[in-house]
Amino acid sequence: MEIASYIFMTIGGLFYLLGGLGILRMPDTFNRIQAGTKATTLGAFTLLIGIGFNNPEWFPKLLLIIVFIAFANPIGSSALAKASYKSCDLPDNLVQDDLIDLFGGKEDGLN
Amino acid sequence: MKYVATFLVLFVSYIALAGINVQELLLGAIVSAILTVILAKHVNYTIDYRFPVKLLVFIFAYLPLFVWQLVLSNLAVARIVLSPRIKKHLNPGFVKISTDLKGDFAKLTLANSITLTPGTLSVDIDGNDIYIHTVYIKGETPEENRKNISAKFEKVLGVVFK
Repeated sequence: MEIASYIFMTIGGLFYLLGGLGILRMPDTFNRIQAGTKATTLGAFTLLIGIGFNNPEWFPKLLLIIVFIAFANPIGSSALAKASYKSCDLPDNLVQDDLIDLFGGKEDGLN
Repeated sequence: MKYVATFLVLFVSYIALAGINVQELLLGAIVSAILTVILAKHVNYTIDYRFPVKLLVFIFAYLPLFVWQLVLSNLAVARIVLSPRIKKHLNPGFVKISTDLKGDFAKLTLANSITLTPGTLSVDIDGNDIYIHTVYIKGETPEENRKNISAKFEKVLGVVFK
């Protein structure tokens, strides 16, 4: 049980490491947000499950935390992405931009 | 009914965090009741007699798919991040896909699922359209994109949120 717990925690830590590396290496804002969101979500899940193996009586609380993270993390990242689309210069490597229909070009943005 | 739903959600969360004994049950009930009166005019979800069935479908049909996609997504991100020439794996852009799901909560769940699947991040929702940033655009037309990104979730979520 203890070994399983430490394995899970190590995997969680590795995903966090990958997330940080992704934020460093990705070339533009939106790809960075992508790397950050996904890796930290699964990292937090496995970390919390690992803690749960070590302390089985905490499992309901940890499950609740997982549910909250599963809701809050994607919402936060999409709010970040929307705000940076409106306020920053777009990266020049975009292949397609359908969002322009919604915000009507850059002049309606925050800047 | 709205009050009952809000109260149940708050009370279950409280008990899950505080543990089960008489004092906590009492205090949890009081706190949840007060919060229900304050919050109920801001919520617009409700539960009915089919809620337990929906919850079971959600847990046993949707969650495994979701967790599997989440693991795949992380492996994809890991491969991109660890590859020496990172630009080769990127073909980013914003695409628009439309959805058939009705109801705010169904759309929220779909958007969150899309965010946590490989290479996609939902940015905004406008009516039935979800705007998505993808790391690598594969499809040419909106229909192809929809098939690649959201079709498998919509099948399951369409059953859950009818």
